[in-house]
Amino acid sequence: MTDAIYTEDHEWLQIEDNVATIGVTEFAQEQLGDVVFVELPDVGAELSAGDEAAVVESVKAAGEINSPLTGTVTAVNEALAESPDLLNSAPQTDGWMFKLALDGDVDTSAFMSSDEYQQFVASNA
Amino acid sequence: MALEPVVSKTIFHDYHVAAGGKMVPFAGYLMPVQYSEGIMQEHLHCRDNAGLFDVSHMGQVIVKGEGAAAALEQLMPVDLQSLGINQQTYATLTNEQGGVLDDLIVTRWTEDSFFLVVNAGCKEQDIAHIQKHLPDFEITYLADRGLLALQGLRAKEVMAELVPEANALVFMNGGHASIEGIEVYITRSGYTGEDGFEISVDTADALALADILLDFDAVEWIGLGARDSLRLEAGLCLYGHDMDENTSPVEAGIIWSISKARRAGGANEGGFLGAEVILDQIANGVSKKRVGFLVDGRAPVREGAEIIDEAGTVVGVITSGGFGPTLQAPVAMGYVPTALAVVGTQLNALVRGKPRPITVTKMPLVPQRYFRG
Repeated sequence: MTDAIYTEDHEWLQIEDNVATIGVTEFAQEQLGDVVFVELPDVGAELSAGDEAAVVESVKAAGEINSPLTGTVTAVNEALAESPDLLNSAPQTDGWMFKLALDGDVDTSAFMSSDEYQQFVASNA
Repeated sequence: MALEPVVSKTIFHDYHVAAGGKMVPFAGYLMPVQYSEGIMQEHLHCRDNAGLFDVSHMGQVIVKGEGAAAALEQLMPVDLQSLGINQQTYATLTNEQGGVLDDLIVTRWTEDSFFLVVNAGCKEQDIAHIQKHLPDFEITYLADRGLLALQGLRAKEVMAELVPEANALVFMNGGHASIEGIEVYITRSGYTGEDGFEISVDTADALALADILLDFDAVEWIGLGARDSLRLEAGLCLYGHDMDENTSPVEAGIIWSISKARRAGGANEGGFLGAEVILDQIANGVSKKRVGFLVDGRAPVREGAEIIDEAGTVVGVITSGGFGPTLQAPVAMGYVPTALAVVGTQLNALVRGKPRPITVTKMPLVPQRYFRG
């Protein structure tokens, strides 16, 4: 299993066989607060990097999740429909959001490693 | 004019931070939107146990002078002359057009002095408004007092140990009391739909009072986020959102707040700012009204969402909305034309461009549990 990589928007990606599994980080779920609803993209949707892919609704506010890469949605986490709180309790495992089949080889050099992301969070806190 | 910091802190600021409060600017104050437990748990804790709210950002004002009751009646459609000492009433400060400048709680302290609690974001303009219209009265802003609200099912257990006589107060009554030697003014009131108390205290004693209250196992701090979800479920208006200077109390669905004595045929009819408009609306109806909505599914419908009818025409707007932790469902309120303001009417709200079914419902969605004796 490859290591997860991170974006400045507090998303994580795990890329395996050119399919990225995408979710939000522990820091992001803390900021969002109690999640009550997650709107996920349609399977088959083609997303460009930066497109709005999902919306996370907490008790108080809505937060948009943008697709960090370009590709086609191949799966979404159906469990979030019944248990949106998975996004709070296990954001980096059972609370994953969607899988994206990437268009060809992608350049991941703009993303952060786990250590780099921890430093990023610490310096922006 | 004195230079003031852009963002003030209440006397309890350091307590909030110590309790894990996430501090955000609100109406000129740094206030806790939530603590470490989060909005959901805080909301449920308040309903089932006892929640402690710092509402010291709100304006505490005294209006004093001979004939203050009749004078204040020129600014609000309530019957203050019949209000007993230590009784309180919910009221609106109206403007000439019948709109609402603020909503407030007015308590009669003595024959000729009234204690007003007004919204934080409105307090300066409220004081200026009252001074302008009542130049002969003494108006005092109580800058040196904090205000705590103790709300929820078990608030009365706490009060029973501290001030047994305060537990005998019924909803919308108050009195001076002493809590372990601290002089306070306690009223049986609040903004959660639950039984509870609001306690006004000198800032010099405020932290000691909070310590006494927080010493009870049932009592936890509750932030502004849960305050909003609690009042939404209880069907209570938030000034500046669910009503403002362009909506009248009749349109806002708080006609109950206009005393019978001040309505047509009443003993003290009219005589307040905007009376012509408001009395005409009571007699002849209004074109739009505030209503509550149940929302299909779990996605909250929030302030600013447009309301559309079957044809897709925009007919109204959501003025407050969020997720109700007690209901475990989204809750919203908004304005629609009177013809649609009928319980059971099915409409749609546009959320990110998609229609979400909503149904006009009776408010409150969570029954109020005020103590009426």
